[in-house]
Amino acid sequence: MVGSIAAIGAGLAAIGAGIGIGQIGKGATEGIARQPEAANDIRSTMIIAAAFVEAVALFAVVVAFLGNDLK
Amino acid sequence: MAFKSIKSLLVAVLAGFLLLNANVVKAQHEAPTTTDTTKVQEEEKFNITKTILEHVKDSYGWHLWGHTTLHLPVILYTNNGLEVFSSRNLINEHHEPVAYAGKNTYMLNHETGKVEILNADGTPNHEAKLLDFSITKNVAALLISLLLVCIVFLSVANAYTKRGVKSAPKGLQSFIEPIILFVRDDIAKPNIGPKYAKYMPFLLSIFFFIWMNNLLGLVPFFPGGANLSGNIAFTMVLAVIVFLVVNFSSNKNYWKHIFWMPGVPVPMKIFLMPIELMGIFIKPVSLMIRLFANITAGHILVLALICLIFVFKAVASSAVAVPFAAFIYCIELLVAFLQAFIFTMLTALYIGMAIEEHHHEEAAHH
Repeated sequence: MVGSIAAIGAGLAAIGAGIGIGQIGKGATEGIARQPEAANDIRSTMIIAAAFVEAVALFAVVVAFLGNDLK
Repeated sequence: MAFKSIKSLLVAVLAGFLLLNANVVKAQHEAPTTTDTTKVQEEEKFNITKTILEHVKDSYGWHLWGHTTLHLPVILYTNNGLEVFSSRNLINEHHEPVAYAGKNTYMLNHETGKVEILNADGTPNHEAKLLDFSITKNVAALLISLLLVCIVFLSVANAYTKRGVKSAPKGLQSFIEPIILFVRDDIAKPNIGPKYAKYMPFLLSIFFFIWMNNLLGLVPFFPGGANLSGNIAFTMVLAVIVFLVVNFSSNKNYWKHIFWMPGVPVPMKIFLMPIELMGIFIKPVSLMIRLFANITAGHILVLALICLIFVFKAVASSAVAVPFAAFIYCIELLVAFLQAFIFTMLTALYIGMAIEEHHHEEAAHH
């Protein structure tokens, strides 16, 4: 039971991170399309922002994993 | 009409499925042979959570290959003084924990993976003083990566003193130089500002130390394999160092912005004070958790994919699991660099915020 709830929590975190990273990708591609000469700067900023979003999702995954069942 | 037919189809499929299951259950009840029970026991034995945690956690031994384990020293400080012995004494040949009689009786707790003092009747004594200074797997990995970073940087530094800064770099030097320049030009200069040079040694040490540990953690065999940067104690020490550096290099202006934010109305100043005060502590804590969670999650992901083979008990499932694990591994190589970069960049950002010169005359106009 606890395991399934933890899995639901991890799934919700994945949804959130998916929306977040999708928004970042959208913003970056739009930015690059408007200003192709800034592509390199935009790409590195995008990767950093994506890492931040991913980190939040990973917090949730770790909490779900630890809260799952340690025995 | 179409809906109704789908519904009846669904009912038929479910009924068939249940019937099939019932048959299987019946068959199992009818013939519980000895081979079946041993099989069931074996299946129960493979606990994916336990297996993964065992690989992610710290331990007293460093598993090399097959049945070969590097037994690391256990160093304990108890009421009866210092005690040093090999962790070989804590397990028998079947990898089960056994009691070791030194100045006290010690035994490995299988659940926590830590050494405990036993009472005379064999129950663990939690009241007794026990400070654990053991060279565990993580400590050994820390020393190895420290050695590696020192070897790399002393040789590069020697190359600069020998050949001078003006001549072209050679060998290892030409690999390290662009990364050092990257840290200087992309991390230190834009975030700290003109006074960046003072903080370069600190930022470079943090960057290369975290990167080295992340990469060594990804190596599956001996010199690597310890989940060091995925250990919250390790990241906590780094975060505490960052906390000290940021707060000791802070100027008057930084504290003014925390306790009495200029350019906002008085009720807002009072409202912002506790938030800003909490922010001082939350910043390093977020650094600590980010690095820990990213690296641990990466390890867990790779291990979980490999464990799928054992969960399904089929060689064919490795056709899916191994390419996926390899793919995650490639991403982890990127993450290893990215996390070192983000940790260093945020540190530089926090230092930059702490030493920023005051320009609240302009801020008051906004």
